[in-house]
Amino acid sequence: MDLRVSSTRNITNAVMLSLSGVCTILVISVLFFILGYLLFHGISALNWNFFTQLPKPSGETGGGMANAIVGSGKILLLATCIGVPIGFLAGVYLAEYSGKVFAFTIRYVVDLLNGVPSIVIGIVAYALVVRPMKHYSALAGGVALGIMMIPIAVRTTEEFLRAVPNSLREGGVALGATRAKTIFTIVVPAAISGLVSGMMLNLARVAGETAPLLFTALGNMFWSRGWLQPIATLPVMIYNDAIAPEEDLHRQAWAAGFVLLFLVLAINVTARMIIARGPAGSRR
Amino acid sequence: MATSQNQLAKSAAAPVAETAGMQKTQPTPKLHSQSLNFFYGSFQALHGITLDIATHKITAFIGPSGCGKSTFLRTMNRMNETVRNTRVEGEILLDAVNIHDMDVTYVRRRVGMVFQKSNPFPKSIFDNVAYGLRVNGIHKHSVIDAAVERSLRHAALWEEVKDKLKKPASALSGGQQQRLCIARALAVEPEVLLLDEPCSALDPIATLKIEELLFQIKDITTIVIVTHNMQQAARLADYTGFFLLGKLIEFDETRTIFQNPSKKETEDYVTGRFG
Repeated sequence: MDLRVSSTRNITNAVMLSLSGVCTILVISVLFFILGYLLFHGISALNWNFFTQLPKPSGETGGGMANAIVGSGKILLLATCIGVPIGFLAGVYLAEYSGKVFAFTIRYVVDLLNGVPSIVIGIVAYALVVRPMKHYSALAGGVALGIMMIPIAVRTTEEFLRAVPNSLREGGVALGATRAKTIFTIVVPAAISGLVSGMMLNLARVAGETAPLLFTALGNMFWSRGWLQPIATLPVMIYNDAIAPEEDLHRQAWAAGFVLLFLVLAINVTARMIIARGPAGSRR
Repeated sequence: MATSQNQLAKSAAAPVAETAGMQKTQPTPKLHSQSLNFFYGSFQALHGITLDIATHKITAFIGPSGCGKSTFLRTMNRMNETVRNTRVEGEILLDAVNIHDMDVTYVRRRVGMVFQKSNPFPKSIFDNVAYGLRVNGIHKHSVIDAAVERSLRHAALWEEVKDKLKKPASALSGGQQQRLCIARALAVEPEVLLLDEPCSALDPIATLKIEELLFQIKDITTIVIVTHNMQQAARLADYTGFFLLGKLIEFDETRTIFQNPSKKETEDYVTGRFG
């Protein structure tokens, strides 16, 4: 044993340790810088009017984004109604019915869909909904975000259903239940906390999407009635206000950014709490 | 449901007489397995199993691990069909009707099953027992309430859980969970109850409770039990079958199997010389 060899190894060890430590601090500080900057600008720009009033016409100060907050809510609701059922049922099929080769193919396709840039999904929604109807609409925006939710919905469902022990499925069919009955009355309830929180994380992920909404939901300075008119959303509002020349609109954009971040964070935390708790008796 | 069963039995009256004539010991077997082969892919797990399961008796299958006794048990309610890439040859007659000609959910309602590891559903104690009734289309509260209490009493669990029926089943102990699974199976009034090593994960006291309740429910159902525990087979069973390497080596009254077996393999196994 040569003592010098082991001292070089100690030095390498120390260098690598401090290098990875520095990088970790860098990562955390970037995150905190963004959060802090948004907090600083956002809170100062935030007031009650932001939640209750419509945007003021260009040149006037004040106003709010009440229509965009409601609009984002409506579009996310639509997206959930489209993306979750399709993704969930496809996930059930993948986990419970499909053969190995078919499942592999579908999984691969779903992963590819997950990697499609959001702007491309926007074009698809534009071609599918906006062009035939000849106008921008909340529906088109909902379809775009709904499509974006499908891949994660499929994979979440598949993974949580696969984690349910097979003995529960056998117990169900042994009592004379059909396979479908067993899946929907035993297997899915056993995985429900994971499924709900997975879908919430999925929703939080698309809540900040801007690109696919630019030419589907478009935006609106006023209230949008129903589902077939152009509609304001927080991300698009941020985009429009941030590139506008007026200083007051920049402040509005910061406030909107802060609200959006807070909403996404709230959904995230709730989802993680549901995962951590789980329904009584589901984990054994 | 009763009338349709009668019709099925009538339409198959001829085979009843035939099988009855062939089998001297059991004039009316509840289940009859005829030349049953079973394959996992290309591996043959069962070789030509032929035997009768007597009505309102306890039949035990013993044998070393991997001998096919559980596989055979799982062919009797077509549970093996849930495993991919498997194949069955030969027939199993339930009241002289081939179970492969019946609707699979109907077979499993008439032939219930309790598994090695207790598998209570993530529901309340009450909902666990009521599950089988509900999926079979019974929703009347009075009927379900009565069936749940009756089943829990049969499973010797009623006194322990009657005040906490709404509690999750997972809160019960291991032995209680297994008795809950028995109650759940009994709730749909199966004609045959298959038990796959039901006590292998339980302590001696919990095991004793289950053996006692099995004795009690002989009157209402026909019991087939797979066990690793030879004493358990000797204590419980009216008939015992010894399996080895996918073949039924010997099948006879339990006393004969344990005291005067006709095959050398059986004697070696029951005297503890191997296995």
